[in-house]
Formats: sequence, C-alpha cells, structure tokens
Amino acid sequence: MLFGGSARGRACCWLVLFVSWLGVVPTQAQNAPSGGTVKLGIVSFLTGPAAAPFGIPGRNGAEIMIEAMNAGKVPAPFNKPGFGGSTIEAKYIDETGSTANVVTEFRNLVQRDQVDAVVGYVSSGSCLAVTPVAEELRALTVLYDCGTPRIFEEKPRSYVFRVSPHATMDNVAAARYLLAKKSDVTSYSGINQNYAWGQDSWRDFTAAMQVLAPNVAVDKVLFPKLFAGEYGAEISTLLTSKSQVLHTSFYDGDLEAFIYQGQARALDKRMTIIATTGEAAIWRLRDKMPSGTIVGARGPHGPLAPDSEFNRWFQKIYSDRYSIPPTYPAYQMAMSLLGLKLAYEKAKTEKDKTGEAKPTTDEVAAAFKGIEFEGPSGSVKLAIGDGHQGISETAYGTYRFNKEKNEPEIVDIVRFPAECVNPPAGVKADDWIKGGMKGAKC
Amino acid sequence: MSVLSAFAVLIDGLVYAAYLFIVAIGLTLIFGVMKILNVAHGSFFTFGAYGAASAVGIYFNRGLPDAGGYLLMVLFAMALGLVLGLILERGIMRWVYGRDEVVMVLVTYAAFLILEDVVILVWGPGSYATYQPLLAAGNIEIGELVVSNYDLGLIAAAAVLAAIYYWALKFTRYGRLLTAVIFDRETAAAFGINVRVVYTVTFVIGAMLGALGGAIMAPKIAVTLGIGVEVIVLAFAVVAIGGMGSIEGALAGALIVGICRAATVHLVPQVELFVIYAVMALVLMIRPYGLFVRAQPRKI
Repeated sequence: MLFGGSARGRACCWLVLFVSWLGVVPTQAQNAPSGGTVKLGIVSFLTGPAAAPFGIPGRNGAEIMIEAMNAGKVPAPFNKPGFGGSTIEAKYIDETGSTANVVTEFRNLVQRDQVDAVVGYVSSGSCLAVTPVAEELRALTVLYDCGTPRIFEEKPRSYVFRVSPHATMDNVAAARYLLAKKSDVTSYSGINQNYAWGQDSWRDFTAAMQVLAPNVAVDKVLFPKLFAGEYGAEISTLLTSKSQVLHTSFYDGDLEAFIYQGQARALDKRMTIIATTGEAAIWRLRDKMPSGTIVGARGPHGPLAPDSEFNRWFQKIYSDRYSIPPTYPAYQMAMSLLGLKLAYEKAKTEKDKTGEAKPTTDEVAAAFKGIEFEGPSGSVKLAIGDGHQGISETAYGTYRFNKEKNEPEIVDIVRFPAECVNPPAGVKADDWIKGGMKGAKC
Repeated sequence: MSVLSAFAVLIDGLVYAAYLFIVAIGLTLIFGVMKILNVAHGSFFTFGAYGAASAVGIYFNRGLPDAGGYLLMVLFAMALGLVLGLILERGIMRWVYGRDEVVMVLVTYAAFLILEDVVILVWGPGSYATYQPLLAAGNIEIGELVVSNYDLGLIAAAAVLAAIYYWALKFTRYGRLLTAVIFDRETAAAFGINVRVVYTVTFVIGAMLGALGGAIMAPKIAVTLGIGVEVIVLAFAVVAIGGMGSIEGALAGALIVGICRAATVHLVPQVELFVIYAVMALVLMIRPYGLFVRAQPRKI
C-alpha cells in the first residue's frame, strides 16, 4: 500500500515528495529544449603544423564572432543577439590527428555532445571523410576552409554546406592573373602537397592554363608528401629547370619551410612564385616572403577584401583582440558563421509563426540552401552544389614588404567576378575548365 | 640526365643523407648497446629543434654576431638533450632494463607521447621559425645550381660526427668498454665493467645526438608539433637498412636513402612518396637483418 502507516508518516512522505518535486521542476525546465541555447562544435587545427597559419586564426575568428553575435554587436542585418535570440555555446575541437580520429571526434560532437551544428575543417582530407558521416547522422555541418571541389560533385548533399568557395576559383583566378601580368611566360612548374588539396589545385591550375594559354608548357611537376619539411631536392630540380613561374598551393609550415629554403638558394630570383594561399603566411613571413610573389587568399579576404564598413569592423575587433590582422581562415570562419546565423534565423522566423521554440536541423538546412548575404569578405551566394556551395568574387595581387611602414602589403590587385572563376551550377569544375570555361563572365 | 642534374642529385642526396645520419646515429647507438628500440628518440629531436629555435630567436633578435648563434644553437640543444636523457634514463628506463624488448618499445613510446604534451606545455601549440642561421650562411653558385652553405655545413657536420664516433669507439678506453658491452653484456659485466654506468652514458649521448639533429634541422623546417614522428619513421628506415645497432650501417643506410630519394625527385617525382620504404623492403628481402648487421655469438 502506497504511503501506508501513520498519518504523521504519510504527511512526511508527501512532504518529501513535494520538496523533491520543487527540486525537480527547475531541472526539468533547464533540460527542456527551450530554444535558449544553440550548441556549435567548432573544429580547426589547434596544434600541429597547420595550427599557427590556419587553425588558430580560424578558431580566433570563431571566438570573436560568436562573442560579438551573442552581444548583438555584429553590424546589421546580423545584429540580433546570438542565433535568433538563442545564446551560442561553442565547443572547440582539435582537427589534428588521423582521419579516423577526425571522424570519431565528429561523431562525439553530434551524438554525445548533441551539438546543433558543426562548423569546421581545414584539411580537404578531413572534409571528404566527415561529409558522408554528417549525411548519415543528419548533422548540419558547415565546412569553413577546405577547398576540394569534390564535396558536392561526388554526390548531392542534404546537411553539408560550404559558404567559402572551393579551390577551382583560386586556381582559375591564379591562371588569369598570371597571364594578365606576365603574358610572355613560356613554361611553368608546380610543387603541391601529395593529397586531395594539392592534387586538385594543380589539376585545376594546369587545366585553366591549358585553356587560356595552350602554348605555355608544363615543366616540373612535384608532389612531396604533406609536412615533408625538407625540400632540398625539389628546389634543385626547380633551379635546374627552365620554368619562369612556380605554382604552389602549399600552406602551413610547409609553405614557410619552402619559402625559407627557397630564399636560401635564391629560387625566387629565378622564377615568380604563385602561392594560392600565400596571404595566410604574410604576417608571419613578413620581409622573408619574396617581393613579387603572386598571392591569393582563397577569396576576397584580408588585404584582398573589399573596403567596407563590415570589413573594417571585423578587422578592428580581431586586431584589437589578437594584436595581428585577420588572415583568410579567420574571414572564412566569420563568413561561415554568418551564413549559419542567417539560415538559422530564417528557419526560426518560420517557427516563430507557429509558436515553436527551435527550428529542426532539416528546417535550418532547408533555409540554408541558396542563401546570399554580405559579410566582411563582400557578397557570397550559395549558387552551386544544389545551393550548398558558395561562390564569390575573388582577387589576386602581388606581394611586397613595405619597409617604410614596416608591414606587408599586397599591390596590383585584380578582382575577378564570381561567374568568371567559378563553374556554373550543375557542372563539375574539372569538366567546366576542360570544356573551355564556357559561360565565364569576366 | 645532364651533368648538372647528376651533380644536383649528388649534392641533394648527400644533404639528405647527412640529415638522416645525424638523426639515426643516436638511435642506432642506443639499440646497439642497450637493445632498446627507442621511440622517444623523436622527442629528443623535437626538444632539440624547439630549444634551438628559442635560443636562436633570442640571440639573433639582439643583433649579436652570426657565428655565436650557430654555437649557441648546438650547445643549447645538446644541453637540453643531456638533461632530458638523464631524466628519462634515471626516471624510467633503468626500472625496465632486462624486460622483454617489446615492453621496452612500449615504455619509450609512452615516454614519447608524454614528451609531446610537455612540448605543448612549454612552447605552446604554434610553430616556430628559425631561419636566421640558414639565411645568414649564404650560398654559392655552381653552374646553374645554387647551393646553400648551410647545407654544405650539414654534410661536413655529419662527416665530422662519423669521424669522431669512429675514433671514440676504436681508440678510447670508453669506446673499448662500449664495444665489449655491445658484443656481450654479461661477459662484459663479469670482467668488471659497470654496465649500468655504460647504459646511462650511452642513453644520454644518444639523447644529445637526437637533440643535435633537431637543432641542426631547425633552421630549415617549420619547428612544430609532430616533427618527431616524421623523423623517427625515417630514422627507423635508415637503421633497418643499415642493420640495427651498426654505425657503419647507419651511414650506409643514410647514403642509400638520401641518394635514392634525390634521384627520384629529379627523375621520377611521382614515386618519391614511397621510394624510401621501397628501398628498405628491397634490402630487407635480400638481407633481413640489414646490410651491416653484427655477427651474433651463439650462447651454449
């Protein structure tokens, strides 16, 4: 018999139950999906060779942007606090480790930590590994830095988005810039890391050169392994070649080590280097980055970003906090978070009409498709990959170290419209370039 | 292949071989004497590189003469190797002497993982650039080929190291004691050699050589987490080709790998990724214990 015994005993039992209920109610209220918080997993290289030039600026970009979002200090139309009034809680995860480890950490974020979305990944290898898992788990995932075009070309995706344009844009624009500035070039070589990123970059660059300047010959093709560190033999090979130009998509410590070793052997005096990710290294290399190097920023970021109020605001909050200007990974992270915020708030507006608290992952994904917005890097539109892949204008310039100001600068900047350097919707990047880049509007 | 390309292959091969030899010599010394496959050797390299980066950064930022920077880089890294080697040997290794070789490998692997985290604690997750010694050394032009003087210095350093090692082993009292321990530990102990002291000294010298390798390579690479992993894999390949515990083997292994890799980069760069391991597999197929393996006495 429930609560049998004396009246006093029964009263005690009811009192205990009542007190317990008082204790439980607030707990239940806290655990209920009130829509008060949005949990994000932020994944970037926090240790290892890619941390300093890429992972940490990306992480810092997330930290400062999330703080500004929560405080409602991001310029309009992003000035609503958090994500549609919900506070953003971020959990930062290190991308360093094997691909299996990256996937395990992704699963942990989604299944154990129950994040609402994951924003991350620098390495194309990580992105290729995480994408099918994100689809399997139906986890909203925004890839922020990796560049391989294969993500949305291999299969249509439902839950994976990438606001940052893919690497095809970087290499087509590099070829266009090179030919605009050095029309007398007769041969070129390439040194790229031997994995998805390096191979895709070289494929797109050579294909674009073949279309734009079929008489220019490819000389040396070098694919050292990732994080090789020592490039003596590669530099000798280049020095004994007849190339006037060297294409590289090297990044992180590899780019810095290669530049130092190349400088020690006067490689930059023999040939012009095109560094498609060079902008990320200019603040670390400073006067050691050879003057005359053609640099890209994987989009209109950093010194290549358009001069706007939004950009000045972002540069200021970042520089004030970290005492160094933001490089392109910070911009890419900021743009990715702005895209996600916009999609979330668009989905939430629909929810608000029905009085429900929080949009579902499917609703946010549906709202994300094809969005267009202005951020610190200018305008971006998720126009390809069935509305999951962003395109934007891009820019290239020539590096020099300004001794008077004692700081790096990029001069002779040329901007390329999005439709000039990106494939149209429904066409694979490789096919588009090999087909003569039909429909390009330059 | 033109004469210039052949010369480039030779120079590049020697530079790479010098780097591999400096890294592998400490590893093979420890194995030869103590029969320990020391995975923590990668940590000695890492500490040497980070130590050199810190010392060089402070030194060159003060505008002091270049020559002192080279000396400081080497001395600081070797001092770091000495301290680290002593801590590791006295604190961990001496408790596991005599255990199964697999246990020893696991212990050194654990030490390696711990030391990787110590690096993060001390130097943080970022990478360091130590380019000053490399650029200050200048270069020389040989035909169309520009060769860094620092690289030539690296070849000279490896040659001097090999010569010192050979002299110390053959013509000094400690070298003879070491040879006796390498040949048979128990017999050496029976003749009154303090094997424990020999072990400690050997381990510390090995650690100092590992750190020296890191210091010498620091100006050429981005000093960052994970460099020890790359190095230990390469050093194992070199030592396996030459024969575990053989210094002549380490020299031969480094030369074979260095020249093969350089020739591949110049002639068939597509296969550069696996040429080192292909050479290793080929050698081990023909001589399973390496090229210069020492004859083992049969105990009855």
